Formats: sequence, C-alpha cells, structure tokens
Amino acid sequence: MVINQASLKRDGVQDWVSLRATAVIITFFSLYMVWFFVSTPQVTFEIWQGLFSALWMKVFTFATLVCIMIHVRIGLWQVLSDYVKNARLRVLLQYLMNLLAFAYVLVGLFVLWGV
Amino acid sequence: MKLNFSIYRYNPDVDNAPRMQDYQLEVEEGRDMMVLDALIQLKEQDSTLVFRRSCREGVCGSDGLNMNGKNGLACITPVSALGKGKIVIRPLPGLPVVRDLVVDMSQFYTQYEKIKPYLINDDKQPPAREYLQSPEEREKLDGLYECILCACCSTACPSFWWNPDKFIGPAGLLHAYRFLADSRDTATEQRLSELDDAFSVFRCHGIMNCVSVCPKGLNPTKAIGQIKSMLLQRAV
Repeated sequence: MVINQASLKRDGVQDWVSLRATAVIITFFSLYMVWFFVSTPQVTFEIWQGLFSALWMKVFTFATLVCIMIHVRIGLWQVLSDYVKNARLRVLLQYLMNLLAFAYVLVGLFVLWGV
Repeated sequence: MKLNFSIYRYNPDVDNAPRMQDYQLEVEEGRDMMVLDALIQLKEQDSTLVFRRSCREGVCGSDGLNMNGKNGLACITPVSALGKGKIVIRPLPGLPVVRDLVVDMSQFYTQYEKIKPYLINDDKQPPAREYLQSPEEREKLDGLYECILCACCSTACPSFWWNPDKFIGPAGLLHAYRFLADSRDTATEQRLSELDDAFSVFRCHGIMNCVSVCPKGLNPTKAIGQIKSMLLQRAV
C-alpha cells in the first residue's frame, strides 16, 4: 500500500532510499573510472575523448552527476541540520550548496555536449 | 597501590564553570574493584562529590557514566579495565548536568515516552486469562526487552547530541522495535506512522556507538535497521 505521506512529500524513507540508490550509481561510475585508469597504460587526449564520445558514457556520466546532486542535497541537509542551528544561516548555506551542486550538473552537461 | 582519578565537578549553586578535580585512592596491591566502589570510597574522602547509584549490580541503570571517554555502568566496570593511567570520569555526554556526575535525563525520557512503551491491543474480545505467545513469537523479543534505560547508548550517539528533541535515540528505538515485534501488540501501523519522518528514526546513520557502549550487550543499530525496513515496506 502506497501511503501518501510516505510517497509524495520528502521524508525519511524517501531520503534514505534516494541516498542509497544514488550511491549505487556513483559507486559504479567510480569503479568504472578506476578500472579505466588501471587498464589504460597511457591516457592520451584521443583515448580520453574517445571514452566520453560514446553515447552510453555520456548518459552514464550525466546520470552520475545528477545522482551526486541528489546525494549532496540530502546529505548536506542532514549535516547542516545537525551542525548549523541558526535557521537563516542554515537555509542560506543549503541554498548556496544546492546551487553549486546544480552548477556542477550544468557544467558537466555542457562539457559532455561538446565532446 | 595508588589509583588516580580526575573527576568532573560542577555545582551550579557555587561554581561559575565546570572543572576537573584530581583524587587519589589507596587500594590493596593486586586488588581490583568496580568504578562505583571507588567512587563510594572517594565520597568518604569528599562528601560533596555527587553521583547516582542504586542496585550496584548492573540492573537499575542509575550509574551510567563516561569513564576514560567511553560510556558504561560504573557498578559493572572494573577499574582494571580502564588501564593503568589516570581514570577520567565525566557525566554522560550531551545531557544537561544537574551537579557533578548527575545529569538531567528529561530529554531522554521524553523521547522514550514518544514511542508509547507499553502494549497496545485493541482486541475487542480479550482472552479470559492472558495473551499467549508461541516460543517463536516470544523469541523475537530477546535482545530487546533487556534494555534497562541507562542512557549509555543514546548519550554516545552524535545524532542524539545534535537533535535530542527530534531523534528518538537508540534506547527509545530499541524499545519501539520491542513493541513492533511483539505479537500481542496491534498498534503496528500507528507506531510506524508516528516514526515516519526525517528525524525520529532516520537520523541514525548506523555508526554503532550504541552497540559499542551498551552494558547489556544489546544491539540497538540492528533494531533500528528493522524499523527502517518496516517503514520502507510500508511505503512501497
């Protein structure tokens, strides 16, 4: 049974699941990059560009960037609500960090677009 | 043999700020004793030293203290287990200090009260004698009902330090699962809906400080994991 309270608005269960789901994608991307560097004797510009020119890699990278944004959004909200008790300062820091995480996604998108 | 102690002292009626006071205790060579026995002997030296204690055998949970940086019950912690150096004794961390080693447990009990720590059964026709459980149903309560509410776990938990008003804490959640797992309790949905927010349960990040300090050897992290699973199953 899907309960409204647990499915539509942001809550503990949703955050808990989102953190783990995004962590899986981030872990796979990190492991793939480690494998790439270990298995490639010399990383030249052509090889690096070739890696990111494949459509699947663009999708994988962009999905990872979005996952990082979601992970950061939830994780930093938890950290800030623990350590920053002043509500105004906390909201300001959350706003700036969310903006930064969104900027990373946009920059990543433009970089991938240009490859 | 001399035992050296450094003990947290604070009397809000007299002191402007807390301080650490050194004590020395002469004991027979090769003899061990519990920290509580040492404290009782130190109190004979200095009658102004204040601490809680009752049963002196690890059952009542009154003498939860922070000894050399780790929470535990003074009555079942041998002095020999704290190493050879000076023994530093402080009140349980994170709770307001009433005086010396005595803390105000109100926040801890408020969280405990929130989880409704009693059986709720809305059975319209209760049995004539008692609610029966099978051995398997009863077994599910092992490792849960033994908690003595000494607060060693909750006051070792950073999430409880930062959010004592919103996070139930390991002790409260262990008790919450004790009633969720009880076959005689019929308020599972009500209990879960009251825990279903971003703070009550999900502020636990599983660092297992609670498991490390529990003087009864219980595992609140495991119980919290079970509650999280129940909340997840309820949501999907």
